[in-house]
Amino acid sequence: MSVAKPLPHDTAHLHVTGAARYVDDIPSPTGTLHLAFGTSPVARGEITSIDLEKARNASGVIAVFTAADLPFENDVSPSNHDEPLLAEGTVHYIGQPVFLVVATSHIAARAAARLGDIQITAQTPILTIDQAPILTIDQALAANSRFEEGPRIYAKGDVQTALTHATLRLDGQLEIGGQEHFYLEGQAALALPGEDGDMLIHSSTQHPTEIQHKVAEAIGLPMHAVRVETRRMGGGFGGKESQGNALAVACAISARATGRPCKMRYDRDDDMIITGKRHDFRIEYAVGFEADGRLTALDFTHYARCGWAMDLSLPVADRAMLHADNAYHLTDVRITSHRLKTNTQSATAYRGFGGPQGIVGIERVMDHVAKHLGLDPLDVRRANFYRDSLNADAPDMQTTPYQQPVKDCIINALTERLIESANYKSRRAEIAEWNTQQPILKRGIALTPVKFGISFTLTHLNQAGALVHVYQDGSIHLNHGGTEMGQGLFQKIAQVAASEFGVPMAQIKITATDTAKVPNTSATAASSGTDLNGMAVLNACETIRSRMSDHLAEAFCCPPEAVTFSDGQVTAGDKTLTFAEAAQLSYQARVSLSATGFYKTPDIKWDRIKGVGQPFFYFAYGAAITEVVIDTLTGENRILRADILHDAGQSLNPALDVGQIEGGYVQGAGWLTTEELVWDDKGALKTHAPATYKIPACSDRPDVFNVTLWDQPNPAHTIYRSKAVGEPPFMLGISAWSALADAVASCGSGYADLQTPATAEAVLAAITRTCGPQG
Amino acid sequence: MLNGSPVTLTDTAPTTTLLDWLRDARGLNGTKEGCNEGDCGACTVMVTDDNGALPLNACILFLPQLAGKHVTTVEGLAAPDGTLHPVQDAMVTHHGSQCGFCTPGFVMSMATAHQRGEKDHDTALAGNLCRCTGYAPIIRAAEAAAAQPAPPHLGSLALPAPAMMQAKQQPTTTSELATLYAANPDATLIAGATDVGLWVTKKMRDLGEVIFLNQCTDLRGITETPDHWRIGAMTTIADVEKTLHPHFPSLGTMLRRYGSAQVRAAATLGGNIANGSPIGDGSPAMIALGANIHLRMEDERRDMPLEDFFIAYGKQDRKRGEFVEAITVPKQADTLYCNKLSKRFDQDISAVCGCLNLPIENNHFGAVRLAFGGMAGTPSRAPLAEAALSGQPVTLSTVQTAMETLAEDFTPLSDMRASAQYRMTAAQNMLLRAYHTITGTQTDLQEVRA
Repeated sequence: MSVAKPLPHDTAHLHVTGAARYVDDIPSPTGTLHLAFGTSPVARGEITSIDLEKARNASGVIAVFTAADLPFENDVSPSNHDEPLLAEGTVHYIGQPVFLVVATSHIAARAAARLGDIQITAQTPILTIDQAPILTIDQALAANSRFEEGPRIYAKGDVQTALTHATLRLDGQLEIGGQEHFYLEGQAALALPGEDGDMLIHSSTQHPTEIQHKVAEAIGLPMHAVRVETRRMGGGFGGKESQGNALAVACAISARATGRPCKMRYDRDDDMIITGKRHDFRIEYAVGFEADGRLTALDFTHYARCGWAMDLSLPVADRAMLHADNAYHLTDVRITSHRLKTNTQSATAYRGFGGPQGIVGIERVMDHVAKHLGLDPLDVRRANFYRDSLNADAPDMQTTPYQQPVKDCIINALTERLIESANYKSRRAEIAEWNTQQPILKRGIALTPVKFGISFTLTHLNQAGALVHVYQDGSIHLNHGGTEMGQGLFQKIAQVAASEFGVPMAQIKITATDTAKVPNTSATAASSGTDLNGMAVLNACETIRSRMSDHLAEAFCCPPEAVTFSDGQVTAGDKTLTFAEAAQLSYQARVSLSATGFYKTPDIKWDRIKGVGQPFFYFAYGAAITEVVIDTLTGENRILRADILHDAGQSLNPALDVGQIEGGYVQGAGWLTTEELVWDDKGALKTHAPATYKIPACSDRPDVFNVTLWDQPNPAHTIYRSKAVGEPPFMLGISAWSALADAVASCGSGYADLQTPATAEAVLAAITRTCGPQG
Repeated sequence: MLNGSPVTLTDTAPTTTLLDWLRDARGLNGTKEGCNEGDCGACTVMVTDDNGALPLNACILFLPQLAGKHVTTVEGLAAPDGTLHPVQDAMVTHHGSQCGFCTPGFVMSMATAHQRGEKDHDTALAGNLCRCTGYAPIIRAAEAAAAQPAPPHLGSLALPAPAMMQAKQQPTTTSELATLYAANPDATLIAGATDVGLWVTKKMRDLGEVIFLNQCTDLRGITETPDHWRIGAMTTIADVEKTLHPHFPSLGTMLRRYGSAQVRAAATLGGNIANGSPIGDGSPAMIALGANIHLRMEDERRDMPLEDFFIAYGKQDRKRGEFVEAITVPKQADTLYCNKLSKRFDQDISAVCGCLNLPIENNHFGAVRLAFGGMAGTPSRAPLAEAALSGQPVTLSTVQTAMETLAEDFTPLSDMRASAQYRMTAAQNMLLRAYHTITGTQTDLQEVRA
C-alpha cells in the first residue's frame, strides 16, 4: 500500500534543482507581450480624467486599455459582480487597477504603468463625510457601510437572560490584525490565443474553473472556448482562490486584442497593494461564568473589515461565527457579525477563512476569565471543552452554537496526552519560579486547542471530479480537480491511486490540473483538496479496476471478487500477471481503461441565514503548547518551544501532514506576532514589501519543535479515514500569542489586554497596562 | 563564468540585474524572483572569487559587479553527472520543500554555507523566506547535509582572466576612481548595490552615468595600526563583522542581524554610511566608537568625526565629486552595548538602533558616547543624555536621569515600523538595559532556553 507512507513531495526533486516550472517559467512564444496595471492613487472618488499619452508613448508599449476598451464583461469578482477589472468612473481603494499597459517586456510595462495621469475628485467640490474614504471599522459603522442588509446573528439558548443571571461577568474587546499571504510566487498568468477565439490560460490559481468562467465572460465566449491549466503554485494559502482572476482576464483580453500571447505577473509591491488579505476583525464580548471558570453565557460581536468588494467576505465572516465556540461547549450564546465595506483592498480567503479570527475571540475570553479568577488558563479551557464523543449515537450529544451535534470530539483525550508529553504542569511551575528571579525577562506558557469544521460552508462546492487513464503498458495518467500549491495534494492522491491499483508510485503520472480534463471544479480550498479529490480518484480507480476484474475473472475462471491488485501484480484465481500484462489483456479484450470519478460529501445541510444545521462533515482537532520569553524593556520576544499533537485521522502521508502542521503553526504565530499591516490615514498600505511586512524568518521558529500526529482514524467515512490538514494547524499558532499574554500577565496584577498582532510594541504596551511603566 | 562556461557581455545595459539576465537572456528559470528587493532570498546564487564562495541576491546585483567572478545557479549545483549536491538531496529526504518556489534560493544559500563550512544555519538562512514549511524541515536538511563532504566540482571553479573584465565605468584603483569621479561628479557610485539596486528595480529610476567600485581592490579591506582600524569604504559588512566581532562582541552580534548573509556579503560600510540613511545600523555603532570618516576628491582628502558627516535628513557633508575612502575606528577597551530593535529579529530594518559606549572608571561613567539610529533624521549622538551620564556614579538613579534627558535629545517620528512614543521608550530602556547588564542581571532573550 502506498497510502500512509511518508513519501516526499511529488516534485521535490524538481524543486531542488530549479526544474519545477511556475507560470513565469513556462517557455512562452516569441512575441509574447507583458502586462501591468496602472492603479488608483486615491482611496475613494470619481475619475474626472485619465491622460495616458505618456504611457502610450513610452518605450515598448503596444497598447493601453481602460474600462471603455473592454469588449464584454468588466468583472473579476468571484461572487457579486462588483469588482471591475478596470475602474469605471469610481475608484474604491488605493491600488485599484484603472488602466492596463501591454508592452514588449515586463519592465517596460511596469515603467509605463507609472506614467498614467489619473485625475480623481470627490463628487462635490467640498469633501464631506459622504465622500471621505471609509478606512476603519469605526468609519464604516458610522457610515453604515456594509455588505448584506444588516448583521447576521446566530444564537443558541438565551444569552440575555443567562448574562443577567451570571455569577460573574466580564466585557472585553480585541483588535485582530489582517495578514498578507506572502506566497513566495506572486500572482501570475499567461494567455495563449488559439484558433477561432479559443484561449489557453496558464494561471497560478487555486481555482482554475473560476478563471475559466471569468475569462469566458470577458472574451464573450462560452466556457468551452477557454482551457485553464495549473501545474503548481508557489504558495497559495487562499490568496490565489480569487485574486488571480484579474491577471488571467487581463491576459485574455489583451491576447484577444493583439493576437499575441500575453503574460502578467505582479511585482511584489504591486501584489501586496492590489490584492486582498486576511480580514482584520474587531471582536467584542460579554461573558458570564462561574467561579470555577465554567462559561454560562457568551455574547460575541464580530466586525469584519471586508474592503471595497464582496469577494468571499460573506462565507469568511460566516466561518468566523461558526468557529466562535472553538472546542468549547456553550449553552447560551449569540454571535452577531457585521461585514463592513471599506475603501481598502478587498479582503479575501486566507488559510482558515475566518475560523482563526473566531477562535482567537474565544481563546481571548478563556485567558481573560482565567486572569480574573486567578486560575491556570488551561484549567478554564478544560472546564469548558466539549465532552469527548465515546459513543457517536448517544442521545445527549452536545451541540455547537449552530446546533450541529459534536459526534467526534477527542479534545479532552488529546489535550491530556499533550499535557503529559510536554510536561506542562512541571514546566508551568518552573517558569513561575524563574519569573520571580528575573527582573527583566519573563517567560510564559499556554495551551490552546483547535476544533475546525471540515466542508465548504457553501454546500454545493463539496463535490469533485477525477479522470484516470490506464494505458496498455500499465502506466497510469492521473488527473483531478484539485490544485497543487505545495501542500502535497498530488502526491497524496497518487498514493491513493497507486494503492487502488497495487502498483508502485513510479507507474503513476501526476498531471497538471486542467479544466478540459475535469470540469466544474471547486477551488482547492477549505482544506478539502484531499478529502474531495481523493474520493473522486478512488471512485475512478474502482471503476477501472472493476472492469479489469470482471474481464480477468472471466478469462481466468474465478469470481471477480477474487481478482486482487497488489505489489505491481494482478492475481486472478491461480493466475498472476504483472499489472502491465493485465492492462494489455484488458485492452485487447476491448475493456475501457479510462474512467471519470465523482464524489460529493454526504450528510451536510444547513441554513446560513439562520445559522442552523450541519455545515460540516466532521471536525479536525489539535492542540499546541507554546513557551515564550519576553523582554520587559522593549517587548521583544521569542518562541522557545512548541509541542503539538494534531489529528490528521489515519494519515495518508505522515511526512506531508507534519509539514502542514509545522508550517501552519509558524504561519499562525507570525500572523499574531510580527506580521503587521499598516495603512496611513489616506488609505495607502505602508507595509507592501518584505522590507516592511515581516513574515517569520528561519530563527523565528521554536527552538524546540515537537510535532506528533494523533493516532486514531476519522470516524467519518473519508478517504482511507484520513482528515483534512491544510487549515486546522494554522490555529495552533494562537498558543504563541496566548503564551505571550501569559508572560505579560506575570509582570503585574493588571489585565494585560494584549492585542494582535503582538508586535514588540504591542507587548510593551500590554506590560505597561499590567504593571505600569518600567523604570 | 556561469556554471562553468565563460561569459562575455558587451551590449548589455550596466544596470541589468543578474536575475533578469539569467531568466530573460539565458533561459535559466531556476533562480526565482520573490520580491525584487533582496529581502526574500528566492534569487540567491553562489558567487565565487579568489576569496571563496558568497551567497548573493541576484535581483539586486548588476552584471558589472560580477566581472572576474564565477556565478553558480541552482542549475549548476549538481555534479556534472547529475548527482545531487548533498543539500539538494537532504532537502528532498527531509521534506524541506513544499511549494518549491523558495527552494532554489534556500538550496543555494545552504550550498554556499556548506562550501564555507558554516554550521550556524539560522545565520546562513536568515535571508531566505519560506512561507510553507515553518523552516523546521529545512534546518533538519541543513544539519543532515553538514556531515557530507563538499562536492569536488565546486571546489575548483575557474575564474575569468583579469583582461576580460575591463570596462570604462569600472576603475581598478582608488586613484582611477578619484579621477573618473571628479570628471563625472554626477555619476552614481555603485558599491554593493543593496540599496542602489532598489532604485532600479523598485523606483525604476534611470541611473544615467554609473561608476562601479567593485574593481577598486585598494578600496576594500581593513588595515590595523597600533591605534586604530582603517576600514576601506568598499569593505563588506561581513568583513567588518569578522574583524571587529572579537574586539566588540556586542557589535558583532548586532552586525550578524544586519540584513542577511546575502546582504552582508554585498553591502559595504562605505555605502551604508554614504547614503545617509537615518536607519542604517552601521553608523550608530561607528559613531559610538568615535570613528572618523575619510573623504577624497581627486587628491584632496579631509576627515571628520562621523557624526559631523550627517547634516540633516538626506544631506551629508560631501561635495560634488567627493567620495568616502575609509572609516577609521580607534582602538579601545570594549565598553560597547549595541541594541537593534526591529519587528522581526532577523533581517529587518531597525525601528531604533542604539549603540552605547559606556566606559566606567572607579564606578563612574567616563566620557560616554550614545549614538542612535531611527530617532532623528540622521544617525545622531544624544548630547544631553551623554552629559547626564558622563562623570556620574554608575547607579540606577543616574541612568534614570539620563533616560529622562534622552527625551530632550530626540523627537522621533511615527511610521510603519514603530510609533514615536515606542521609539522613545525603547531607546530610554536601552540605557536601562545596559545598566542591568553592567550590574549582572540577565537581559538577553537569546540566552534563554525552554
